[in-house]
Amino acid sequence: MTTLNTMGVAYAQAVVAKRRQLWLGLLVLGVCVVFSGHITEISFSKFYNNIGAFTSYIVRIAHLENGQSVLSDPVEWFWGWKKWLALMGETLLMAYVGTLVGASAALGLCFLASKNVTANASVVFITRRFLEFARTVPEMVFALIFVVAFSLGPLPGILALAIHTTGALGKLFAEVVENIDMKPIDGVVSTGGTWLHKVRFAVLPQVASNFASYALLRFEINVRGAAVLGFVGAGGIGQTLLEVIRKFYYSDISALLVLIIATVMVIDAVTEKIRHRLLGQEIAS
Amino acid sequence: MSTREELRQRHSTEFQPFYEGNLRGFAIALAGVVLFGFGLHTLDITYARIVGGVGELGRIVVLMFPPDPGTWTRTGIYLYAMLETLAIALVGTLTAATLAFPLGFLAARNTTMNRVVQFFARRSFDTLRGVDILIWALIWINVVGLGPFAGVLALAMLDLGIFGKLFSEAIEVADKNPVEGIMSTGGSSVTAVRFGILPQLLPVLMSQVLYAFEANTRSASIIGIVGAGGIGSILSEQIRTVEFQQMSFVILLILVTVSVIDHLCSKLRFSIIGVRAR
Repeated sequence: MTTLNTMGVAYAQAVVAKRRQLWLGLLVLGVCVVFSGHITEISFSKFYNNIGAFTSYIVRIAHLENGQSVLSDPVEWFWGWKKWLALMGETLLMAYVGTLVGASAALGLCFLASKNVTANASVVFITRRFLEFARTVPEMVFALIFVVAFSLGPLPGILALAIHTTGALGKLFAEVVENIDMKPIDGVVSTGGTWLHKVRFAVLPQVASNFASYALLRFEINVRGAAVLGFVGAGGIGQTLLEVIRKFYYSDISALLVLIIATVMVIDAVTEKIRHRLLGQEIAS
Repeated sequence: MSTREELRQRHSTEFQPFYEGNLRGFAIALAGVVLFGFGLHTLDITYARIVGGVGELGRIVVLMFPPDPGTWTRTGIYLYAMLETLAIALVGTLTAATLAFPLGFLAARNTTMNRVVQFFARRSFDTLRGVDILIWALIWINVVGLGPFAGVLALAMLDLGIFGKLFSEAIEVADKNPVEGIMSTGGSSVTAVRFGILPQLLPVLMSQVLYAFEANTRSASIIGIVGAGGIGSILSEQIRTVEFQQMSFVILLILVTVSVIDHLCSKLRFSIIGVRAR
């Protein structure tokens, strides 16, 4: 009986302690939020007074210049489709080239960043710090700097995408490599294989399908990224989009947004299919 | 001891050259290379441009060192801009999470009212997600003017799309048995959600929110480029005025802040979920 009682008391105390912790956490969060709200100049009255501007903006981008709904005349809505499709194509190509360059660099570096394949601890450390740097700096920041160095156009955009991709994929690839089965490596090493043999014949066959799947996922992300790199002059459809938004060509804004969103959705669907097949292959084998 | 020939016969598939028997894979790889070449050609990427650009980039990098904020007043301005960035990320993330929580139930198969509502909720989330943060920022600047408030709203819109999808998926995979238990003891549907689903859901949702906060710190540091508050406006200004030493200080500041936030968030996440997911 007494033990039951003490257990009950202990339980009640634990619950009280947990509650206290929760309320304390919520209090800290609340203070942070109020403080942040003050810094970010949040004003409900401004929001309330101007929310009409948001809805009217949405209504305006859904109407042509003659006041008709965009759906009434799709030809007029997409009047610049030839130019826009070419720009979208350029955007896709930028994403493709950037992803390929970045994925290749990540493929080269990931083995150096994996403890189980590379024995030299300082090589692992340096490679990891480099990958961390490459993925922590936002690609827009790289693009800003590269535009100064490489002048306007797709080239700085591609390089920015490639560097960010190297960092992001390098980390994911290295995680895959660190989780492989080590027996094939022992086998290759025991027959006198070099480091390159080890990577080519023991590691790569185990990780190839996973790598391809991650690279495809990154391609998806890079298509979205490439679409706005033009905001800083780094090529693609973004430059035109920024122009039409700044100049209030309302129906063009919606046309370009629809084009971008539709392209992204198609790319998502296609890559997801391929990725499922790639990963299915791995499970089957 | 078997000879090489015997081995070759026994394991013929292992010995054939990589292009034989895998014609499709070879064709795909070839198409990929051709597309790459086509890309380099159409995007006008020449050897001369790359070499020239790398040289220029080297000069810029040299000019960046050592990172130096200039005066103390400027240091204060940069630190405040970083604080503003964090504030935008925090308020934007929490606003989106608060809005997405009830809406997530509408978009989940097992808790929605009917399929039409679910369909429209899903498509709305897709659309919100499909528009990039910089585009949202430009739209909201038209509504509430330049400044961090537009950034908060832009971040909240994008995150509403992300959270809506993630939350509804988390609700869909929640275990039904606790709900049945509560219903069988006479609980209402509100108590079923409160005591049956919520305890399963909260840790998952909170870790997703923390992840998003991490990512949003990065996003919030670039939306200033289009004028929506945060440290991005300072960065783009410094590039225009060619103040590379100060720019490298700001980049360093962003890097350190993001890593600190990453570290704190992963600590919090582990303490919420309990064990490491690995």
